[in-house]
Amino acid sequence: MTYLDYAATTPMYPEVAAAMLPFQAGTFGNPSGGHAAARAAKTALEEARERVADALGAGPAEIVVTGGGTEADNLAVKGAARAARAAGDGVVTTAFEHKGVLAPCDRLERDGFRVTRVPVDGAGILDLDALEAALDERTVVVSVMLVNNEVGTIQPLDAVAELVRARAPRAVLHTDAVQAVPWLDVAAAAAPADLVSVSAHKFGGPKGVGALVRRRETPLEPLIEGGGQEWGLRSGTVDVAGAAGMAEALRITTEHRGGEVARIAPLRDRLAAGLAARVPGCFVNGDPERKVAGNCHVGFPGVEAETLLVALDRDGVCAAAGSSCTSGATEPSHVLAAMGLPRDAALASIRLSLGYASTDADVDTALDVIARAVERLRPTVTAAR
Amino acid sequence: MTASTRRVLVAMSGGVDSSVAAALLRDAGYEVTGVTLKLWGGESDSGCCSAADVEDARRVAAQLDVPHYVFNFTDDFDARVVGPYVDAYAGGRTPNPCVECNRSIKFGRLLERADALGFDAVATGHHARVQRERDGRVQLRRGVDDAKDQSYVLYMLGQAELARTLLPVGELTKAQVREHAARLGLRTATKPESMDVCFITRGKREEFVTARAGARPGPVVDGDGGVLGRHDGVPGFTIGQRRGVGVATGERRYVVDLDAATATVTLGRRDDLLRDSAGVRDLHFVDRVPDAQEPLDVQVRAHGAPFPGRVDGTRVRFEQPQPRVAPGQVVALYAGDVLLGGGIAT
Repeated sequence: MTYLDYAATTPMYPEVAAAMLPFQAGTFGNPSGGHAAARAAKTALEEARERVADALGAGPAEIVVTGGGTEADNLAVKGAARAARAAGDGVVTTAFEHKGVLAPCDRLERDGFRVTRVPVDGAGILDLDALEAALDERTVVVSVMLVNNEVGTIQPLDAVAELVRARAPRAVLHTDAVQAVPWLDVAAAAAPADLVSVSAHKFGGPKGVGALVRRRETPLEPLIEGGGQEWGLRSGTVDVAGAAGMAEALRITTEHRGGEVARIAPLRDRLAAGLAARVPGCFVNGDPERKVAGNCHVGFPGVEAETLLVALDRDGVCAAAGSSCTSGATEPSHVLAAMGLPRDAALASIRLSLGYASTDADVDTALDVIARAVERLRPTVTAAR
Repeated sequence: MTASTRRVLVAMSGGVDSSVAAALLRDAGYEVTGVTLKLWGGESDSGCCSAADVEDARRVAAQLDVPHYVFNFTDDFDARVVGPYVDAYAGGRTPNPCVECNRSIKFGRLLERADALGFDAVATGHHARVQRERDGRVQLRRGVDDAKDQSYVLYMLGQAELARTLLPVGELTKAQVREHAARLGLRTATKPESMDVCFITRGKREEFVTARAGARPGPVVDGDGGVLGRHDGVPGFTIGQRRGVGVATGERRYVVDLDAATATVTLGRRDDLLRDSAGVRDLHFVDRVPDAQEPLDVQVRAHGAPFPGRVDGTRVRFEQPQPRVAPGQVVALYAGDVLLGGGIAT
């Protein structure tokens, strides 16, 4: 199997599985308790919290362990907006955020907030002028992703932060950094943000665990209330094994990031160049100069992505298109639509995403399989139209 | 099916028939791949191919250890099935959306994709039989279970489609299908059948049509043009309909005519409905064209009883007068249990 869907999820590092095992099979205490069993779990949780905090450039008290990236996004966007309701009603985001941010913004809009979805350009970068125009004194939340989940483009967060500080001094700045961790030093890149979402399974950690970095005691209204765990922001017994796994995955990722980016970028470039050379009409989505090393988002005119993905799967290549809904059907991409790609081109585009276990051989296989599949699918589709 | 037919794409709705179809083909040695078609609605929609139905299909595929995919045909379904359905009702006709779905989606888009992906055939859970003759021609016959026969909604298939189609459950009764499902431990064994128009999940047909096409109230008249009352729009009516005409006349009245142009609904007695023929358009034959003398069985509703008749050019003549066929309905023609073809009533 040739796995080219790292942006969807990544295989767990063996070290992560090993780091989690003691808390799944042995140290079972509830970290909120007061006895020896509880203390062992609590110690492990707090160690994990410190390591996560270090890697993300925050203090341990600034880490809220969540049930994943989407929960972190929800807590950030809805939590910050609702906590600031008295101060204002403006919520500003981009048109091509992850659904984990867009859906909470839709919810806030139904609840009476003014939501502005800032347009993005054809290269996959948000329009800073439009952002500036959307900000005002009554803006309470600005949410701009660090790296887009489909086309991999890196957003100019420093410039965003500057505009927010100047134009919307009351606003909390959130960034969804879920796709950034394997490729960027999030501690530095997301430094200007008050709130930062990450998700462990995107960098070799377990599914169902994430974190929200919350700087400067940014006021948040919790989504899940109960026993008051995680500074009262996320009640419920914390997944100790998950937190330990996330910390270990983050350690490995941070340690090897420089080398991995240097190794994978040329693989990705070879994949993109190879496809361009072998498949006439092949086009790239998202500015290649401003995207993360693992992202290769390409389109093949005249080929339906949904059909192509089945053909690739049957030949052992795992890739994706659009954003998969729970039913597994491919939905037309709101990201590509926001970038102004015509519907036909969007429906002809697929995402190939590389990661830490990707090899030269994977690229060779992918080039062969994809080029052959496109060639096979093209005449039939054309003839049928 | 020929010896070379090995790789089959099975359209799995999550229901018992298509689940058993996939199981039978797998057990017969085919290389089976399952696919569920997303045709309508968003993720939370409870209509056809809802997340729950996809999950049922996926679980059955996993149980059978065959790959499973989901194809999103919502755009095509809307353009080729729902849109024409709305237009038909708004125009005073009575469409059959299952027929259009089979024509454009299952044996159109799906077959096209199956070809592109190198599958030898497409299979569905329809109760009808594909019979391959020695001369290589293919016939479509009624399913073994008379009460469940679905050959009517497949009348549009031609040699090209049938040659690449497998309908394994048509060889079984519904009871046998359920037995198979139970024996295989399929989780869909006892799932109830879907009966209604799959994309109308809430409310009534006329509300759905009105929401998309608008409503134009008009008069309800008798055969002499006398006004009996008012109605909210022709989409609420079908030729031959008795109940719910909303007008008290003292005797049984039927809808005998619909005129969308003037938004007029005409009521009459049952005798006023009787016709000795029906005009058909887009007449199509599976294999051979019957001559005007050949006695045929005519069927005008999906589960209606067939009656004797003949086809003469673009008219189907009935042996005995029959209630008028609502324009838009399929008129299917059979010789015994072999489906010869059919057309759309005008």
